[in-house]
Amino acid sequence: MATVIDTHDDHHDHGPASGLMRWVTTTNHKDIGTLYLLFSLIMFMVGGAMAMVIRLELFQPGLQFVDPSFFNQMTTVHALVMIFGAVMPAFVGLANWMLPIMVGGPDMALPRMNNWSFWILPFAFAMLLGTFFMDGGAPAGGWTIYPPLVLQGGDGFPFMIFAIHMMGISSVMGAINVIVTILNMRAPGMTLMKMPLFVWTWFITAYLLIAVMPVLAGAVTMLLTDKFFATTFFNAAGGGDPVLFQHIFWFFGHPEVYILILPAFGIVSQIIPTFARKPLFGYSSMVYATSSIAFLSFIVWAHHMFTVGMPLQGELFFMYATMLIAVPTGVKVFNWISTMWKGSMTFETPMLFAIGFVIMFTIGGFSGLMLAIAPADFQYHDTYFVVAHFHYVLVTGAIYAIMASVYYWIPKWTGHMYSEKMGQWHFWISTVSVNVLFFPQHFLGLAGMPRRIPDYSVQFAEFNMWSSIGGFVFGLSQVFFCYIVYKTIKGGEKATDQVWEGAEGLEWTLSSPPPYHSFTEAPEVK
Amino acid sequence: MSLEHAYYIPHDAKWPIVGSIGLTLLLGGFAAQLNGSSAAGMAMLVGFLVLVYMMFGWFGEVIDESEAGTYTKLEDVSFRMGMAWFIFSEVMFFAVFFGALYYIRIFSLPWLSGEGAGVATQEFLWKGFENVWPSNGPASVGGEYEKMGPWGLPAINTLILLTSGVTVTWAHWGLVANKRKQLIMGLAATVLLGFIFVGLQALEYSHGYNELNLTLGSGVYGSTFYMLTGFHGFHVTVGAIMLTVMLYRSMKGHFTPENHFAFEAAAWYWHFVDVVWLGLFIFVYWL
Amino acid sequence: MKKLKQLLASGALLTFVSGLTHADYGLNMPVGVTETSRQVYDLHMLILWVCVAIGVVVFGAMVYSMIYHRKSQGAVASQFHESMTAELVWTVIPFIILIVMAIPATKVLIDMHDSSEADMTVKVTGYQWKWRYEYIDEGVDFFSSLDAASNEARQLGSDIDPATVENYLLDVDHPLVIPVGKKVRILLTAADVIHAWWVPDFGWKKDAVPGFINEAWVIVDEPGIYRGQCAELCGRDHGFMPIVVEVKSEEDYAVWLTAQKDTAAAAKLAAIEDLDPRELKMKGKKVYRSTCVACHQKKGEGVPGVFPAIKGSVVATGNIDKHINLVMNGKAGTTMAAYKDQLSDVELAAVITYQRNSLGNKVGDVVQPKEIAALR
Ligand code: HEA
Ligand code: HEA
Ligand code: HEC
Ligand code: CUA
Ligand SMILES: [Cu+2]
Repeated sequence: MATVIDTHDDHHDHGPASGLMRWVTTTNHKDIGTLYLLFSLIMFMVGGAMAMVIRLELFQPGLQFVDPSFFNQMTTVHALVMIFGAVMPAFVGLANWMLPIMVGGPDMALPRMNNWSFWILPFAFAMLLGTFFMDGGAPAGGWTIYPPLVLQGGDGFPFMIFAIHMMGISSVMGAINVIVTILNMRAPGMTLMKMPLFVWTWFITAYLLIAVMPVLAGAVTMLLTDKFFATTFFNAAGGGDPVLFQHIFWFFGHPEVYILILPAFGIVSQIIPTFARKPLFGYSSMVYATSSIAFLSFIVWAHHMFTVGMPLQGELFFMYATMLIAVPTGVKVFNWISTMWKGSMTFETPMLFAIGFVIMFTIGGFSGLMLAIAPADFQYHDTYFVVAHFHYVLVTGAIYAIMASVYYWIPKWTGHMYSEKMGQWHFWISTVSVNVLFFPQHFLGLAGMPRRIPDYSVQFAEFNMWSSIGGFVFGLSQVFFCYIVYKTIKGGEKATDQVWEGAEGLEWTLSSPPPYHSFTEAPEVK
Repeated sequence: MSLEHAYYIPHDAKWPIVGSIGLTLLLGGFAAQLNGSSAAGMAMLVGFLVLVYMMFGWFGEVIDESEAGTYTKLEDVSFRMGMAWFIFSEVMFFAVFFGALYYIRIFSLPWLSGEGAGVATQEFLWKGFENVWPSNGPASVGGEYEKMGPWGLPAINTLILLTSGVTVTWAHWGLVANKRKQLIMGLAATVLLGFIFVGLQALEYSHGYNELNLTLGSGVYGSTFYMLTGFHGFHVTVGAIMLTVMLYRSMKGHFTPENHFAFEAAAWYWHFVDVVWLGLFIFVYWL
Repeated sequence: MKKLKQLLASGALLTFVSGLTHADYGLNMPVGVTETSRQVYDLHMLILWVCVAIGVVVFGAMVYSMIYHRKSQGAVASQFHESMTAELVWTVIPFIILIVMAIPATKVLIDMHDSSEADMTVKVTGYQWKWRYEYIDEGVDFFSSLDAASNEARQLGSDIDPATVENYLLDVDHPLVIPVGKKVRILLTAADVIHAWWVPDFGWKKDAVPGFINEAWVIVDEPGIYRGQCAELCGRDHGFMPIVVEVKSEEDYAVWLTAQKDTAAAAKLAAIEDLDPRELKMKGKKVYRSTCVACHQKKGEGVPGVFPAIKGSVVATGNIDKHINLVMNGKAGTTMAAYKDQLSDVELAAVITYQRNSLGNKVGDVVQPKEIAALR
């Protein structure tokens, strides 16, 4: 009873078309997942290369390599590429690969649209990166694209706006697909409260995406009309307010940062039980905590704007609401630790990255909490202390979880084991260097170094040098990561179906690599 | 145990890549146009045509599949959920512009006119500026203008849209009861009302531009007015086109009382557009 | 006690970068020289220590588990996966901790918002890329931009070692001067894009938003020179618009104020006289090098696509009235600002004359300060 209908039964029954067009026209969730993941890896390298330019220029005081406006372009595009090009597509790629399998479905619910979600991205990023070659260069107003500054941009400005629109369209379609897949494609018996946590966190993330990507689209549309069509949304002379943009942007932006972390929470909640050989502690409270975080994320946005001159009541409200997020996030952290507690742990590479995540994300969370204290934020704001905070949650948070997931699932995807020895090296080099890279930035910020500057006074020289050295080593170790992935795709020890001794879940019941159509027969759910 | 229903997984989707190319040409062309490039109009046109081609092809393929009986209940549910969440994302898009309107009226204008913490702002930067709505700001951007009142065309348009909401529901009843004539008449009336709405809206804009000196550049009033009504008008146009397609398909006999998701999707969309209009009528024209 | 706490704090931080640190640069937030800054510092240390304490517990438990509950130690996994009590505990305790932090934070915040009963008011306006200080009711009004030495050293490929420049990037030509112990109300706004005014020793920063005025205040306890920087990305030279505040005793401040008023009066008189074209050009070069060079570049070549060249420019070689108008009133929607408020009549006349007769241009005409004055 094969129950997946193939349109092209004549040639490949259950296999893909061949050649390049296979990838362009594919509707298969695993193919599209692979495309997303590879795209994300390329973008990580591109964004990382820009970070290397930033760190190179900041290696010493004085301007050595780039013009200040090029430096600002680097900062801006680095962030846009990393967030919209590396982390988000990586998560969507993981969702594509794993969600249908984890819920026991044959594929994503809307396969053609799935293909489009992906195939908008390369065009969008070609447009964004193309601005480097235009008059006036790439956008240089920071990834937060605040007016009026961003309106001073050159020819690249409208291209950036439309690139963001396209990324938004892609994300919304991807999110709709995730929601529909989860609601409609579950195998019989797979109730909502039996779904693996990765599925749960993505489910909630998808709602965040649908709710806030259109908000970003609206915000950038107003920028466009302010620049080209004489509107005055963000111009006091006409009765508007530049701060209005900041409210709208952060109404998108704060949920966005949880979009960048909730799937990571899901990944870690899959990995820790596997290597502790013990069921996840507090499954249902994990679900509720994730939902609370998502809910709170909509009412804290102005903590990015404590210094714009809000009324006292506003500042108090946003301070309290922001602090509250520490509670559900704490629940998650404590549950992970309880899962490890009295387990029987082994420390393969995925587990190392997951533990690295828990520790360093928590450090980033602590600095987040410090930033949430409004009067103290008057000092921290727009300094390297903030830069340190968000790289701890983004690099050692989101990126670490993605690394963990790649090591965890790559044997399943390719049918080959990665080299454990290389994986361990990758972890340790990365972890040492990333702390050399970002920890000193806390001190820089506290001592008074503003962010987004290409040059600084000499008192900051030493820590910047450390930070840059850490950056270069961390960068190289990611090149090493690419090599490990490449090797694993090419060959390696054959992986079993189960792969990890303690692993549970439907994905481990399929062969490694899984058949082209994941579950042609609905699996049994215990 | 097997999957209860077959789930249809199409192969070799070529329309998405066509769509991406079309979208890129259209938006890239528009961007180049804004930068003053002369060849850009051509790129936009080509991009637009490619997108139209994509939609014909893509929807055509889906319609063929649907007519061939490829879909079961399960796919139908997927489509429904997909459409519903798409409409939700549109709601959020409109919410931004409404939010901007409220923010401007509740926070930025009072601040500029010296209320509360804004004393110094008015005293040092915008002496004498008073907060009265509508406003084109302390610098009177765009010059003298008149407000667009609610009780002329907008009120008529409200009636038109509300009526069209009724006619589309009436058509749906016809469809469910398998009364083809009612379906077609109801749909035709809805489409007609939709296009009349768009026409009247165009009339109103021309009145605004030519007689009231009310333009996009008339400060925040002009900005919020035209952006909100403009995006809404655009959505009405899209909705009316969708309904036109449904009318055509109804006449071809595509829909059955059990199976007519496409019709319902278009109708949902139409109701969404309707509700947004009510918001506009109240907050943009009236209050 | 406070000293001890500070010592402990920096000690704890020091261990993180063991051995690398010297005493001559900051690791921690400065305690500062105002009541506010001390309150903020204490708050900062409180939350830092709370976080450190939580971290010790959380990471301690993790490390313990990693050491003792590993398979290679023969650990056998138990299968518990729920405990209502435990979960309640770790929901409620953090909540209580948060309340403990929120109380002092609220107090400090309320204090900071009270800018009433100020002794004097200074209006601070951010420009790309300098600050303007207007002493309300005193008629003193001047611009403050990066000092010449830093400016020279910071150019790309200048080959000047920043370490040899005193207060590199943290010095200005005209510092803001305020009296000690007085409540100074600061009104913040901007002329072009958003900037932010920040002196770490005062304990706060605040945005300067074009078209709006934000209020803040400061009472400095000790005379001295305090330095800060613009803290909101404001374009190409955002990194190069420092803030320097000189806090003087009341008598010194009074002396300074009188001197300022005198020079302002003298400058007004000077504008009446016609100047020799050579002198105009020389003065113009100075203005150009300090004000225009950031965008139009040293040789007037501009930055293609962003800042037009002056060399051979239609405006700078065409009708002089258009040229004067552009420089005085700027061009809306671009970074070309209106310079009529930023430069004096002499400076405007000089820089326009310079642009028309240098940088590869040879128009040969001259504009005199009084012609500019007539256009105001
Ligand atoms: C993945 C992304 C991510 C995540 C998860 C977070 C998480 C948090 N962030 Fe962060 N943040 C960013 C990404 C992220 N942030 C980015 C990108 C910026 C800068 C944007 C820009 O300006 O460019 C930013 C900036 C930013 C600011 C603005 C700073 C400024 O510009 O002045 C603030 C202020 O409140 C803040 C707060 C927080 C808080 C309170 C959390 C909380 O969610 C953290 C909660 C976690 C913990 C607290 C740790 C675990 C908890 C326990 C162990 C329980 C017990 C703990 C206590 C009771 C203390 N963040
Ligand atoms: C997910 C998001 C993400 C990620 C992964 C990163 C990753 C990194 N970031 Fe990023 N960053 C942001 C999001 C992110 N960042 C954001 C939102 C901002 C704020 C922007 C703004 O202010 O508007 C920012 C800003 C920012 C700044 C501040 C710039 C400024 O204020 O002017 C710095 C400075 O050190 C920095 C550094 C780095 C480094 C070294 C990495 C590293 O982790 C990167 C490591 C990866 C590689 C290096 C790639 C692999 C290597 C190669 C391609 C080969 C070349 C290698 C060598 C030559 C060694 N980032
Ligand atoms: C912050 C950047 C910036 C600074 C500083 C600046 N300008 Fe400009 N300038 C511009 C820009 C941008 C334009 C182009 C405006 C346009 O689009 O027409 C311009 C145009 C001009 C032009 C017309 C050139 C042409 O042919 O179009 C002249 C003349 C000029 N500026 C003079 C000056 C003078 C004199 C100063 C200093 C007192 C100065 N500028 C400082 C940015 C700047
Ligand atoms: Cu001014 Cu940054
Ligand atoms: Cu936030």
